[in-house]
Amino acid sequence: MKRHLLSAADLSRDDAELVLRTAEELRSLADRPIKKLPALRGRTVVNLFFEDSTRTRISFEAAAKRLSADVINFAAKGSSLSKGESLKDTALTLEAMGADAIVVRHAASGAPHRLATAGWTGSSVINAGDGTHEHPTQALLDAFTMWRHLGALDGRRVAIVGDVLHSRVARSNALLLRTLGAEVTLVAPPTLLPVGVDGWNVETSYDVDSVLPKADVVMMLRVQGERMNASYFPTVREYSRRYGLDARRMAQLQDHTIVMHPGPMVRGMEITADVADSSRSVIVEQVTNGVAVRMAVLYLLLGGSEPAGTTERDAA
Amino acid sequence: MPTQPAPPDATAPPDRRIPAPQGRTVLDPRDISRALTRISHEILERNKGATDLVLLGIPTGGVPLARRVAERISAVEGVEVPVGSLDVTMYRDDLRMRPARALLPTDIPPDGIDDKVVVLVDDVLYSGRTIRAALDAMNDVGRPRTVRLAVLVDRGHRDLPIRADFVGKNLPTSLAETVVVRLQEIDGADGVTIAADTISGGTTAGTDTVTDHPGEGR
Repeated sequence: MKRHLLSAADLSRDDAELVLRTAEELRSLADRPIKKLPALRGRTVVNLFFEDSTRTRISFEAAAKRLSADVINFAAKGSSLSKGESLKDTALTLEAMGADAIVVRHAASGAPHRLATAGWTGSSVINAGDGTHEHPTQALLDAFTMWRHLGALDGRRVAIVGDVLHSRVARSNALLLRTLGAEVTLVAPPTLLPVGVDGWNVETSYDVDSVLPKADVVMMLRVQGERMNASYFPTVREYSRRYGLDARRMAQLQDHTIVMHPGPMVRGMEITADVADSSRSVIVEQVTNGVAVRMAVLYLLLGGSEPAGTTERDAA
Repeated sequence: MPTQPAPPDATAPPDRRIPAPQGRTVLDPRDISRALTRISHEILERNKGATDLVLLGIPTGGVPLARRVAERISAVEGVEVPVGSLDVTMYRDDLRMRPARALLPTDIPPDGIDDKVVVLVDDVLYSGRTIRAALDAMNDVGRPRTVRLAVLVDRGHRDLPIRADFVGKNLPTSLAETVVVRLQEIDGADGVTIAADTISGGTTAGTDTVTDHPGEGR
């Protein structure tokens, strides 16, 4: 593995499978009386969140603490960032404090890459979501959830439905799922598919009803109104009717098909409440799996003298 | 150590294939079987029966050995003995000295280990560091009434004050030698060999996990 996890594309198939297998072992920890392992004792993990987050920050914090790391939470609100400090000065401060890993979320696509490669810090940088670019640990926990339900992902069909344009989850999932051998179809209105999507090695469709019956996994995405600077569809009601997952559409799915959502959900918009609460829905399980997957990533990056399975290619 | 399953020994009869590509065979399959049978009886004698016994194998080699001991105990006593596995990777004292390692399965029997008589089972006892790590790992799982240690081979050279309660074979070795334990469940055949340390790549020198089973994915 490389020293940083910035993109799902940083993971080879071997790396990704190692993370999934490690997460599987770590998941059993939740059933034990003492939910703690000593692997990262004395290591410091900084959660650097420039953008609001509930799930991801808490998930990373729980993961680091269960591995006995010291955790420093750093939210943009209430820090010197709101006084105008730059990313660089923040990074230098964290470096001076001796952080071993920086988990960063930022509204600007590419901020984690800058942090990792500008020479400001010697820490491992883990991308916890940057703008509309990538969210690799979400893709790993999604793949882990699929893998637990469906076994090996080779040839499995995954439909990702919704606001693909603004979704870092969709991009990371597409990259990782292709690495793991799954077939990915992105379903969205033409306005919400990104330019250059033909280079992603995935299929695209505008018609959700033609895709659902063949899918093994349906992943619904939230419409990210906060990132929209223009009108991408006529009305919420029309979007919901054409691209939302309701009980009628759910009835078209194969028996084994699971329904996923990275959260936060807007019930009644992209997914109806009865679908979100149905037995096909693995949305709550995704959150549980998130902790195990993030523990796996932290352990494999920080647990040894260097990341697991380091090759000369990675070191270069 | 071998990275490929060894070719069968051509001179041995088919029912006694000894997979020893290099080195000297010190335990053949029948020796291993007899040693495990004796260990099983010793465990029962010491514990005065199978009451409260839990066998925990240390992956990878210890896990099939623990299962075999459990089979023998249940054949003698007519009761099932809980068997599990205990991964010690995160508790190793050299965790920080090498690249992060893949975890191995930890599988604690459903009734847990609290107030039980836990017998740790491993293939080779060497420095004792793996067993120290196992004691730490167990501390996070529960509080057994007693912990005992069973090993197939004790090759000496302890770094820590640790000893085995049940030993299949005491094997005097020099530090320059490598002990390789091969087991049917993992390597396709049973056998313990000892060789000059030319095939190990030097990665086993400081630990007592002398075998590295290539077939085990996790």
